[in-house]
Amino acid sequence: DDKLLTEPLRHPDFFSVKELFTLKDLFDARVHLGHKKGCRHRFMEPYIFGCRLDQDIIDLEQTVQHLQLALNFTAHIAYRGGIILFVSRRRQFCHLVESTARACGEYAHTRYWQGGLLTNAHIQFGPGVRLPDLLVFLSTLNNVFEPHVAIRDAAKMNIPTVGVVDTNCNPCLITYPIPGNDDSPAALELYCKLFRMTIIRAKDKRRQSEAIEELR
Amino acid sequence: TLRLICTTTAVQRKNVGASGPEKYTEAFIKKQIEEFNLGRRHLANMMGEDPETFTQEDIDRAIAYLFPSGLFDKQARPLMKHPTEVFPEQRKIQWGEDGRPFHFLFYTGKQSYYSLMHETYEKLLNVQKHQDQLIAEDLPLQKEKRNLAGSRWLTKIELEEMLLEKVSDDDYSRFIQLLQKLVALPCADIEEKYIQKFSKEVPVQMQKVVIEPLQHDERGVAFSTGEGTRKTARATAVVYDNGTGKITVNGIDILHYFPVLQDREQLLFPFQFLGRIGKHDMVCTVSGGGRSAQAGAIRLASAKALRSFVTEKEVEFMRQAGLLTVDPRVKERKKPGQEGPRRKFTWKKR
Repeated sequence: DDKLLTEPLRHPDFFSVKELFTLKDLFDARVHLGHKKGCRHRFMEPYIFGCRLDQDIIDLEQTVQHLQLALNFTAHIAYRGGIILFVSRRRQFCHLVESTARACGEYAHTRYWQGGLLTNAHIQFGPGVRLPDLLVFLSTLNNVFEPHVAIRDAAKMNIPTVGVVDTNCNPCLITYPIPGNDDSPAALELYCKLFRMTIIRAKDKRRQSEAIEELR
Repeated sequence: TLRLICTTTAVQRKNVGASGPEKYTEAFIKKQIEEFNLGRRHLANMMGEDPETFTQEDIDRAIAYLFPSGLFDKQARPLMKHPTEVFPEQRKIQWGEDGRPFHFLFYTGKQSYYSLMHETYEKLLNVQKHQDQLIAEDLPLQKEKRNLAGSRWLTKIELEEMLLEKVSDDDYSRFIQLLQKLVALPCADIEEKYIQKFSKEVPVQMQKVVIEPLQHDERGVAFSTGEGTRKTARATAVVYDNGTGKITVNGIDILHYFPVLQDREQLLFPFQFLGRIGKHDMVCTVSGGGRSAQAGAIRLASAKALRSFVTEKEVEFMRQAGLLTVDPRVKERKKPGQEGPRRKFTWKKR
């Protein structure tokens, strides 16, 4: 059992996450498009490649590295049977995110976030609840263009976060930010596809390893 | 609903401790059912009856015999019922042994409501996709109008019962709006089964008032009867055809029974309205009430009787003139602390 858990940690890319996407895929899905110069957040400046006609372009080379780290991390969490919660407050993609979560066998929350969900869980849900082990933000802002409350709550409860940060978002409290577009349907479909494939791959690998261990 | 603005801290402290009673696990309920069955057999043995055929009524009788209680409230007396009736049907614990919740929307708080919204939205997308396909193939869209008159949507309470969790007013109105949006699309017939889960039939409204046909007496004259009430007076009128306009009340002619002109005018009003003053004879009986009340009662009775002599349009005219409506005004009761129904006692400054 110990071997099952320590074996993946020895390889830098145990789940071969790098094969899932290329820079060209990201470019075709319009991930590099940011908001206008006036909406730019100060802390996003290192991730921005440049600015053309007032529109910010995100540096896809950095995005590729960040995305690989984030997908690797989610794969490890899914391998160890952790609870992953997809969060997004965009109404257009609410259905897409919920269907992705259902397909993976994980959880989603694309509705109004009640204040004490993470911090007051034992009273809201009942004693003995298990909190999510990873929060995946497909859009860090809520409907009023302010940072989502869940980022702060996850930081308070020591829950790691993975989030797609656009040029107007604050990447501070997110453990694995992914600088990229969060407004186009094509970009979001690509992210959902990538997360779904990593989680399913990780779970399959876990089942295979357990089966191999049992055979021994 | 009213929202309390200035509240005490006691009212604001809602979720101290566990929210409501303990949630029962499946194992707990199963154990309770086993204990109940064992107890039932013991009870049957005690009463000397057959354990196999011991019904719930026998249990109730046995308990009432063994534990007699003089308490007034039936629900406070000793009770032995099947655990499914005792423990309210609430959601058992939502997560498995490893801690992972069963439902994928568990962390939202209102999982059944949001999963319902998710499903309904999926149906909407399906219908839109189907519509796009039909447009691409240039086929006509189905335009059979769904009969909205005989059906209503589920009420908020019925939805709460269906979902087993509280639904707020905003959530309910959002759900109804989504359903209406779904129904408004032309190809909504595909999801008819799903929509029928949330719509209920409205029962048929009041039946139309049946107008009785004319009857004929021994001489061959057509007549019809009607009844009327006003305040405490009850009247029955028999209107005969081919008459001379004679009206008899309780065997007395109206000139002698109603000396006042106003009452006689009330009696003649239905005939005058239809223009049949000299054409009908009337014999009525009346009891109770006062002078004016008896006149009003006879007027209503005669109008009801005249319906059989007259076309439907004229019946509608009579109804709009107020000849066929029962006057609901009765004497208002006297209240304590006042001299009459409205009059208060004289106010004295000192």
